[in-house]
Amino acid sequence: MSESRPRIRWHIVVFLAPAVLVYTAVMILPLFDTLRLALYDEVEGERVFVGLANFRILFGDPLWSDAFWNALANNFWFFLIHMAVQNPIGIALAAILSHPRLRFAALYRSAIFIPTILSFVIVGFAWKLILSPIWGIAPGMLDAIGLRSLFAPWLGREETALTTLALISVWQFVGIPMMLIYAALLSIPEEILEAGECDGVTGLSAFWKIKLPLILPAIGIISILTFVGNFNAFDLIYAAQGALAGPDFSTDILGTLLYRTFFGFQLQLGDPHMGSAVASAMFAVILIGVCIYLFGIQTRIRRYQL
Amino acid sequence: MTQRSLVGALLASTLLAGAAQAQDVTLTIESWRNDDLSIWQDQIIPAFEAEHPGIKVNFAPSAPAEYNAVLNSKLDAGSAGDLITCRPFDASLALYEGGKLADLSDIEGMANFSDVAKSGWSTDDGAATYCVPMASVIHGFIYNRDAFAELGLEEPTTVDEFFAVLDAIKEDGSYIPMAMGTNDQWEAATMGYQNIGPNYWKGEEGRQALIEGKASLTDPEWVEPYAQLAKWGDYLGDGFEAQTYPDSQNLFTLGRAAIYPAGSWEISGFNNLADFEMGAFPPPVPAEGDGCYISDHTDIGIGMNAATEHPDAAKTFLNWVASPEFATLYANALPGFFPLSDAAVEIEDPLAQEFASWRQECESTIRSTYQILSRGTPNLENETWNASAQVVKGAESPEDAAARLQEGLSGWYEPQQQ
Repeated sequence: MSESRPRIRWHIVVFLAPAVLVYTAVMILPLFDTLRLALYDEVEGERVFVGLANFRILFGDPLWSDAFWNALANNFWFFLIHMAVQNPIGIALAAILSHPRLRFAALYRSAIFIPTILSFVIVGFAWKLILSPIWGIAPGMLDAIGLRSLFAPWLGREETALTTLALISVWQFVGIPMMLIYAALLSIPEEILEAGECDGVTGLSAFWKIKLPLILPAIGIISILTFVGNFNAFDLIYAAQGALAGPDFSTDILGTLLYRTFFGFQLQLGDPHMGSAVASAMFAVILIGVCIYLFGIQTRIRRYQL
Repeated sequence: MTQRSLVGALLASTLLAGAAQAQDVTLTIESWRNDDLSIWQDQIIPAFEAEHPGIKVNFAPSAPAEYNAVLNSKLDAGSAGDLITCRPFDASLALYEGGKLADLSDIEGMANFSDVAKSGWSTDDGAATYCVPMASVIHGFIYNRDAFAELGLEEPTTVDEFFAVLDAIKEDGSYIPMAMGTNDQWEAATMGYQNIGPNYWKGEEGRQALIEGKASLTDPEWVEPYAQLAKWGDYLGDGFEAQTYPDSQNLFTLGRAAIYPAGSWEISGFNNLADFEMGAFPPPVPAEGDGCYISDHTDIGIGMNAATEHPDAAKTFLNWVASPEFATLYANALPGFFPLSDAAVEIEDPLAQEFASWRQECESTIRSTYQILSRGTPNLENETWNASAQVVKGAESPEDAAARLQEGLSGWYEPQQQ
């Protein structure tokens, strides 16, 4: 009788405990505490429960909602640039690098990957200097090829600042999709490609018809990583444009809005409750995005057994 | 441990009575002025310690951008120093109201300061003052004297002369007329709007009227400074939209720009960097003979941690900070930071002297957005940064900018709602 009763397998609990405890302490508790904090406000020095009042202000008061929708729209643009520029370039670079007859492939791979390990502060500062109309090398370089008239103070103009920053971010992170796709491409067995060659599928059409379908799951993962990364972005904008995300909030994304609200800025005192409301809204946006991907896209991607 | 601190406290009280001997009390100062560390350690603290044996002072600054956050958490945790360097207005007021800063209204040295000087660190009704005012900064324009001599220009006093000078520099073409950028936004607001504005809104008079709700930001005296700023764009360097604050500083100190809309805090830095002669002129007045007003902004004060274990020693130090002796020492160690005490102070640096001399000719006021008006959301100071930068770039008309600011202010500030 006693043998049929399922035994508690203590070793599982023991081995999981460190990770679960650490993760709970540093991730799950703060997350839920932030969500909880969003439901409170400080009235006359006391913390009181106000229900959804903070969210009503955030979405109902034009002062807040304009800033929020502006930040969200900017954030989507930031993400779109990454999807439209970073990921295709990353895939193209990976396809070129995986070409068996390319020389110095390891050198290119490292060179393209290096910016990824640089600090945001260095990247932001270096690009600010490169693009500076006063000391930058960009005007001089354009001048050398006779295109000086194309130069503009890109980071200082509302129309161009966000796109410029997104492209800087693309420059920095293009190494990540490249590496992931590169690894996926290397895992495609030679036999499949050879079989394709026998059927007359070579060169570019081999890429489109054989390799691309096989790396689609990797592209899916990259898209979702890009999405989460972009909607949590903050550092680059802060380093390059400051917390006010100038000019005229044209580079304001959810991260900088959260920072200004939560921690305050210059004479604006921080408001942890309103800040938590912004953080909760960010969390919701990311959660919805990830869910759409998981249930709408990932389940439909066809996987091939290699 | 407790026994020793008790002994320390007892000794500190005897110190104040003038019978200072025996065991030392150490006071720690919290500050954001990490640039001034060597000046405090080499000049200010030794001068105090020489006069007050038995009290040791330790200057412990943190980074300016993190100061408010670091200080608040230290105060909450009870680990903050005995003396707290105070930001002006609401940041410190919140600390006082939270019981973190002690009321200093009745220390003797406070008599050395005028009400305007104390306004940065007093309750709204002026009843209690919780920090000793240390220094203010004055706005104006610093110019390249050599460049002016080369082009045969003179310091402008009226707005027309000011633009005539700018036109002349622009026409000559060897210098950028004015070094200012809009990338960091605050330059346009602080060195632009708050610099020239007081001449239009007549300093304290206009500022008080705004606080009382008798004037609004759409009144001509508040819009006109923006109309002036709108004309500045033509005289700034190529690509000023992406020019940052350090860019502006470098453009001027490298001798590439002739005029720099400045705050007096630049003086010591510029003295080290510029190899040409510098002069300064106050913000030009709208018409010949108009009274002049300058922004003489209260910037640094020092208060006492309400939870300090050595209140008497701390008060001794604060009284010394309020003394003319400290004022002279500080003003000369840090030219460009002007003491706020009523005592006459001899300033040696010629450029700083020039700035300080305007106090005799012009009326002083503080930045319009700092007291009370930046308490709500949207924050008027931050909005002013944005509006000033937009106006200088020509992206928004002065009237639109003013209307937007007024709308934001009246959204939460009751006296502006009638």
